[in-house]
Amino acid sequence: MNIVVCVKHVPDATADRTFNDSDSTVDRVGVDGLLSELDENAIEEALKIVEAGEGEVTVLTVGPDQAVDAVRKALQMGAHRGVHVSDEAIHGSDAVGTSLVLAKALEKIRDGGDAGAAWDLVVCGMASTDGSMSVVPAMLAERLGVPQVTMASEVTVDGSKVTIRRDGDAATETIEGEAPLVLSVTDHANEPRYPSFKGIMAAKKKPMDTWSLSDLGVSADEVGLDAAWTKVESFEARPPRQAGTVVTDEEGDGAGRLVEFLAGGKFI
Amino acid sequence: MAEVLVLVDHVGGSVKKTTAELLTLAGRLGEPSAVFFGSEVEQAKEALAKYGAQKVYVVDDPAIEEYLVAPKAEATAQLVEKAQPAAVLIPSYAEGKELAARLAIKLGSGLITDAVDVTSGDGAAGGGPQTTQSVFAGNYTVKAHVTKGTPIITVKPNSATPEPAQGAAEVENVEISVSEAAKGARITASEERKQTGRPELTEAAIVVSGGRGTGGNFEPVEAFADVLGAAVGASRAAVDSGWYPHSYQVGQTGKTVSPQLYVAAGISGAIQHRAGMQTSKTIVAINKDEEAPIFEMVDFGVVGDLHKVLPAATEGVTKHKG
Repeated sequence: MNIVVCVKHVPDATADRTFNDSDSTVDRVGVDGLLSELDENAIEEALKIVEAGEGEVTVLTVGPDQAVDAVRKALQMGAHRGVHVSDEAIHGSDAVGTSLVLAKALEKIRDGGDAGAAWDLVVCGMASTDGSMSVVPAMLAERLGVPQVTMASEVTVDGSKVTIRRDGDAATETIEGEAPLVLSVTDHANEPRYPSFKGIMAAKKKPMDTWSLSDLGVSADEVGLDAAWTKVESFEARPPRQAGTVVTDEEGDGAGRLVEFLAGGKFI
Repeated sequence: MAEVLVLVDHVGGSVKKTTAELLTLAGRLGEPSAVFFGSEVEQAKEALAKYGAQKVYVVDDPAIEEYLVAPKAEATAQLVEKAQPAAVLIPSYAEGKELAARLAIKLGSGLITDAVDVTSGDGAAGGGPQTTQSVFAGNYTVKAHVTKGTPIITVKPNSATPEPAQGAAEVENVEISVSEAAKGARITASEERKQTGRPELTEAAIVVSGGRGTGGNFEPVEAFADVLGAAVGASRAAVDSGWYPHSYQVGQTGKTVSPQLYVAAGISGAIQHRAGMQTSKTIVAINKDEEAPIFEMVDFGVVGDLHKVLPAATEGVTKHKG
């Protein structure tokens, strides 16, 4: 199977993430970025599928210059080639715009573009760790007209048949689809590998394509902040929580004071 | 007044609290119409009427149960074409968000996910609804609106207090057509989650969660939750250790909760966990380690062993209740 994994370069969740004052977009330049942690599960799953059979893993990202770091990390983990779609006009795109660019890039790869062979699977993580919308996999399936087999906690591939376990809120379901399709995996699907020293060295020689919007036949006015179908009016930092009371449980009085607190707050 | 569609969240006709919340929000924007998938509308009708649903569109098609998401998205798109609503409100769980995603592309409409409030907006929103979202692990509040098409908004549980508003709940059966393309992901088996008798995690007013500090013994956590009428949650560390099921995980890669009271027992408070509970109104923690970062965000904290503190507190609460 040939697989394309869609990955996102996101601001580090442990840093002070913020917005650009000028246009209310996420600050992707002033904050250290990295490969979205949940995309590592997507890369791991793709590598496992290819290792158990045959084929290649292509890693695709859309984002500013530094987003190439996310692709590089995936190549170090073992993916075979990378595609980075970068264009100033993309800045400020919402999920609808981003999914359009991804879908066009996936069509270009599928229809014998210059990066790799046609794909059988598109694999995504369950959410990005910045926007956390969890909508891009479904949007890609809709745009590409292929089945969506999503939020997998367990994946089995048998020929072109893909079966997953989906742990929903109300039930655990078994879902089955025939490739080509869009698959997304949760962080419970696998344990992502760390890049080995050999993998880090090998990644430097792996093919990497950079495409602009014109390479994909997407016009600049279809994407970006002005073309977004949603608008952020304002953003406001939440006031930090006021430090509360912390008591030490000495001679067993901690529980009593906890009960007093709960009674005072009318929780009991 | 224009209709506002609300997708009903139900299990076998038993309507979840989120639906009442969404109907209340819809009432602020226009005339609430419920969209019901399945055959058990008779059981649901009363609850839908109680919170102001004037119409109930019923889509009862076998494809809805047999295939994942795509048929529901096609059905909803057909309903939107027919009813021309002012907005579509959808509960923010995994399938709801996926449905919303497909609907946005089909209709050429803007999508906002995980709203914690929806109002009728003002001039800035161009007459359409204005949403409030809590982003970056609850560190920022964002106000936004949809600029194109029919606003599609997914709404988190506990975003509104349900307000009774008598509706007619006039049932209208809707015939839909499901394309072959929507029948690509077949649901071959479904096992309903075991009922615990406790409130649902994302809807509960009080949540008691256990972490690494439980050492795998959740009994004190469950007992304290039960005496408070609370839901039980777990940190990623506890879930990864196999001590509690994944569906109870609170955090960035699990559920986001925003209860009146959140009790973290034996949880250090890593960013991964904070992202899922930071917007709780009141936070209480019990942890052996006084340096645990969770204590920086609590209203009340006890430095101590949860295995001693929780059982004593459970007894204390029972006594208090008399």
